Amino acid sequence: MSNNPLIIVGAGHAGVEVSVAAREAGWNGEIVLISEEKHLPYHRPPLSKSYLAGETAVDTVVLKPASIYERAGIRLLLGNRVESIDRAARNVALSGGSELRYERLVLATGGRPRTLPISVLGAGQVRNLHYLRTLDDANRIKSQLIPGRRMVVVGGGYVGLELAALAVKAGLMVTVLEAAERVLARVTAQVVGDFYAKVHRAAGVTIETSQQVEGFELDSSGANIVAVRCSSGDLFPADLVVAGIGLVPNTELASAAGLTVADGVLVDEFARTSDPAIYATGDCTRYFSQLYQRSIRLESVPNALEQARTVAASLCGKQRRYDSVPWFWSDQYDLKLKMVGLSSGYDQVILRGDLSERSFSAFYLRGRRVLAADTVNRAPDFLVAKQLVGAAAEVDPSDLANPAISLRDLLPSPGRPPVQQPSVAR
Amino acid sequence: MPVITFIEHNGTEHRVEAPVGSTAMQAAVNNGVPGVLADCGGSCSCATCHGYVDEMWTGSLSSAKADELDMLGGALDMKHNSRLTCQILLTAAMDGLIIRLPESQI
Ligand SMILES: Cc1cc2nc3c(=O)[nH]c(=O)nc-3n(C[C@H](O)[C@H](O)[C@H](O)COP(=O)(O)OP(=O)(O)OC[C@H]3O[C@@H](n4cnc5c(N)ncnc54)[C@H](O)[C@@H]3O)c2cc1C
Ligand code: FES
Repeated sequence: MSNNPLIIVGAGHAGVEVSVAAREAGWNGEIVLISEEKHLPYHRPPLSKSYLAGETAVDTVVLKPASIYERAGIRLLLGNRVESIDRAARNVALSGGSELRYERLVLATGGRPRTLPISVLGAGQVRNLHYLRTLDDANRIKSQLIPGRRMVVVGGGYVGLELAALAVKAGLMVTVLEAAERVLARVTAQVVGDFYAKVHRAAGVTIETSQQVEGFELDSSGANIVAVRCSSGDLFPADLVVAGIGLVPNTELASAAGLTVADGVLVDEFARTSDPAIYATGDCTRYFSQLYQRSIRLESVPNALEQARTVAASLCGKQRRYDSVPWFWSDQYDLKLKMVGLSSGYDQVILRGDLSERSFSAFYLRGRRVLAADTVNRAPDFLVAKQLVGAAAEVDPSDLANPAISLRDLLPSPGRPPVQQPSVAR
Repeated sequence: MPVITFIEHNGTEHRVEAPVGSTAMQAAVNNGVPGVLADCGGSCSCATCHGYVDEMWTGSLSSAKADELDMLGGALDMKHNSRLTCQILLTAAMDGLIIRLPESQI
């Protein structure tokens, strides 16, 4: 193999996809995929769903078996952290002390859980407080998911609610503490948040809103939380606490190397950073969305994969702009939620379907423009919504609410075949 | 272990072995069959694991459930024998199964 090394930092969804797709797209030099984690790269979504629930074995969460990397000539360096980048010398320094030269570098460093402030934690390290990002985190939580125990989930976002759903099914007593006035407040309309809260309560989950966690009561050894204290004065007994309060992008490596960073490594539509030899992809990036005319940072698998495919194309001299429609899924109980678009700035929400039948969609509109949609157990709506959102379509809100009118008829050019990734600038 | 044949759109054949109880999608991904992306990892959420089950086999597979049918509606070039391969659970009786792949998944 010719010696034009491609180095990829981080082997999550984004990094792995770059490695394989770059080889397929014709990168003929060395490819080195570096991960600080020790496990073969794996899927994260099951960590708060089937894997943690014990329904999925560890080998089915693996993204690709080791043989795939071997066959594609991808050198996978597990348990190795990239400590710094020397852009002038085009070198990266690894935690073990060695250095590797790159022709092109890809940052796919993802993010880490936002942690509770030190003041909340109190002194020392406790054994039963967890965050959930990695397989190791999931395994630690799994070992403490014991029927009859009390689990407090801090944060009523998707990860927190997925955890609550699986823990209550596993026989734990679950309390969700949410600082806002309702769950899913940052991402969904009131009707959708309220619907989810109702489903969780019916399943036995206690949901406490407007509860700001202030501190923990520890046992006499100081190693275990026994209760969570809120600023309201309420105390919630706990055998185990999991906090799901957001993500911090891993951008330190990029900042230290002098790349442009602003809550995410800044990239253009070809996933290039401010250094032409360095690309970035996935949760760690921020870019300008043509669709929404503003800078965004997404945390989702489809974003990580699609942007990674753009990196692979760029690396091999092919033009492939990335500006696809954001989407995300979340499975809780029997509810398959799929969201598309970004809802911020909406002025009305139009419902289609029936909440009581657990099958409905909420469309977020600004004026007549469809900004986003949340669909619950309605995949066909999701697929059309993706096109409506991608086309920045304008619709008559009353048509949207009218079940007698097919959603497809609201598409700008009726009858055109469904497109998977409708994007404005492709 | 059942042997499955995936046939890419350009005619390239891939004969792969896969354990009973795994899915046709996993068989493809684990053997690097190009053309099965499986973005969502098999949770029936993305429709990028779409394939056409050979006519000889359509009768012997259990039929698609509602959420699979719903998602298939979003696959490119859907046909009467379209399936999401992540929803096809392999049994010993499926030895010899043939699945053709669409030109593109996205
Ligand atoms: C519990 C959970 C559930 C989720 N559910 C869904 C879902 O249902 N649907 C969905 O679309 N998304 C979901 N997500 C989000 C999704 O998993 C992420 O968007 C996706 O994994 C991002 O991929 P990535 O490759 O950008 O980053 P990551 O997956 O974070 O991978 C980055 C990797 O880089 C490594 N790394 C970082 N810095 C270095 C360094 N200096 N040297 C070496 N290695 C380094 C990290 O250890 C990590 O392994 C979920 C996430 C979690 C945690
Ligand atoms: S892998 Fe996503 S639907 Fe089959």
